[in-house]
Amino acid sequence: MLFIKCPYCGIRSQNEFAYGGDATVKRPELNKEISDKEWDDFVYNRKSPRGKHLEFWHHISGCRQWFKVHRDTATHEIFKTLKPHEEL
Amino acid sequence: MQKYSVFNLIKNAFSSHENWEVAWKDPTPKKSYDVIIIGGGGHGLATAYYLAKEHNITNVAIIEKGWIGGGNVGRNTTIIRSNFMHDANGRFNEFSMDLWRNMSQELNFNVMFSPRGIINLAHSDAQMNAYARRGNSMRLNGIDAVLLNREQVKKLIPMADFSEDVRFPIFGGLMQPSAGTARHDAVAWGYARQADSMGVDIIQNCEVIGFDVIGGKIKGVRTSKGDIKANKIGLCVAGSTSILAEKLNMTLPIETHLLQACVSEPIKPLLDHVVTFGAGHFYCSQSDKGEMVMGGDLDGYNSYAQRGNLPTLQHVLTEGIAMFPFLSKLKMLRTWGGIMDMSMDGSPIIDKTHIEGLYLNCGWCYGGFKSTPASGWTFAHTIAQDKVHKLNADYSLNRFSKGYLLDEKGLGTKTWIS
Repeated sequence: MLFIKCPYCGIRSQNEFAYGGDATVKRPELNKEISDKEWDDFVYNRKSPRGKHLEFWHHISGCRQWFKVHRDTATHEIFKTLKPHEEL
Repeated sequence: MQKYSVFNLIKNAFSSHENWEVAWKDPTPKKSYDVIIIGGGGHGLATAYYLAKEHNITNVAIIEKGWIGGGNVGRNTTIIRSNFMHDANGRFNEFSMDLWRNMSQELNFNVMFSPRGIINLAHSDAQMNAYARRGNSMRLNGIDAVLLNREQVKKLIPMADFSEDVRFPIFGGLMQPSAGTARHDAVAWGYARQADSMGVDIIQNCEVIGFDVIGGKIKGVRTSKGDIKANKIGLCVAGSTSILAEKLNMTLPIETHLLQACVSEPIKPLLDHVVTFGAGHFYCSQSDKGEMVMGGDLDGYNSYAQRGNLPTLQHVLTEGIAMFPFLSKLKMLRTWGGIMDMSMDGSPIIDKTHIEGLYLNCGWCYGGFKSTPASGWTFAHTIAQDKVHKLNADYSLNRFSKGYLLDEKGLGTKTWIS
């Protein structure tokens, strides 16, 4: 069981959350020429590291806020959780 | 190579079975090979076997970080099927079915292929319509499919919950009678033994540390057992694909996720088929030892842990009990996890790469086991001929940027959502 600290509600069990994927992926900027490679990287390509991973989670059965989790993909240890606008 | 037969079994009984040859050797790696396959799982072993058998390329090494049979080939739920709707997936997996049917004879190893049939249950009229459509697509591709009504399903699996007041009543199902199961370890051992007998070096406990790429061409690998040269290298490492891709400065349309499975205590023969729940993700079959073999959803977050968490298992088994109420009386014997290379459209990638001589075989998601022979066969062809076969032409790496996705389940890029 993962225990995840929602930045808004505190520590809750994994059952209350939904996963949202890699939080380091940035959408290409608007009003600018975007290459196929940039779209490809945004939509499909992922680093999927073994080790530290910054990712989105959704407190779907709680406050319904999105936030970021810094977690180890090999040990499942959670280092830190942040609000969506916060950087590591 | 010593043939496995009843005569050899009797002959060796006289020497207390102490003189059997080893199934495969444990060689030290040579300085160079014609082809190196990274990853000694089912797909890697099959690739080496078909390189030797179909293309007469025997100066081949398989490099395996762990041991033969220790990865997903020994962790899956052994289901073999070709009940796909898309043409490319149907063709590919039906070719795989053909190879399964003859595998025990071909490998001189009993892989216990058991074409017992798979039943996908439907729980609404809409789902019956969708299954009718899928069944028709399958039949157009020459794959057997039978649409079953409620009574027909009840005859085949009377132990399922046929009450009418349940949340997901059984309306019927889609059956592929020729689908089934096989002994997964035997598949690895059978391919390994035959590949070894034809001259392939199987090098276990040997981890790839890096690659030598000069002028856009692959020249060799650096491993924990020293540098090994080869002008052709096939990457066949399932859940570890992204780790090796990073060493090659490649970012792939893949995420590694965790999938759990479990078996119950053994019970007397009860379930003849593979059955899947249609209102969630749960599937079940009974092994020859009598255990109920079960699996379902991914844990749902990026993971390399090879072990799962309880909430997902509870969720999966809740679905299982909704389908087969008797499961609630059984004790779980074992649970385990494996790491899946989830591609962004749910279909695999078997292709060349932008690096000359480097070939990629990955993205098998939940379902790599059934494709083991076809994957090895087409990957061997792609490596030997330096071009893709028509069977794996649609499993290209650039289909994502070109827009030719093979989204069998209609999940989009979030294939880890259940």
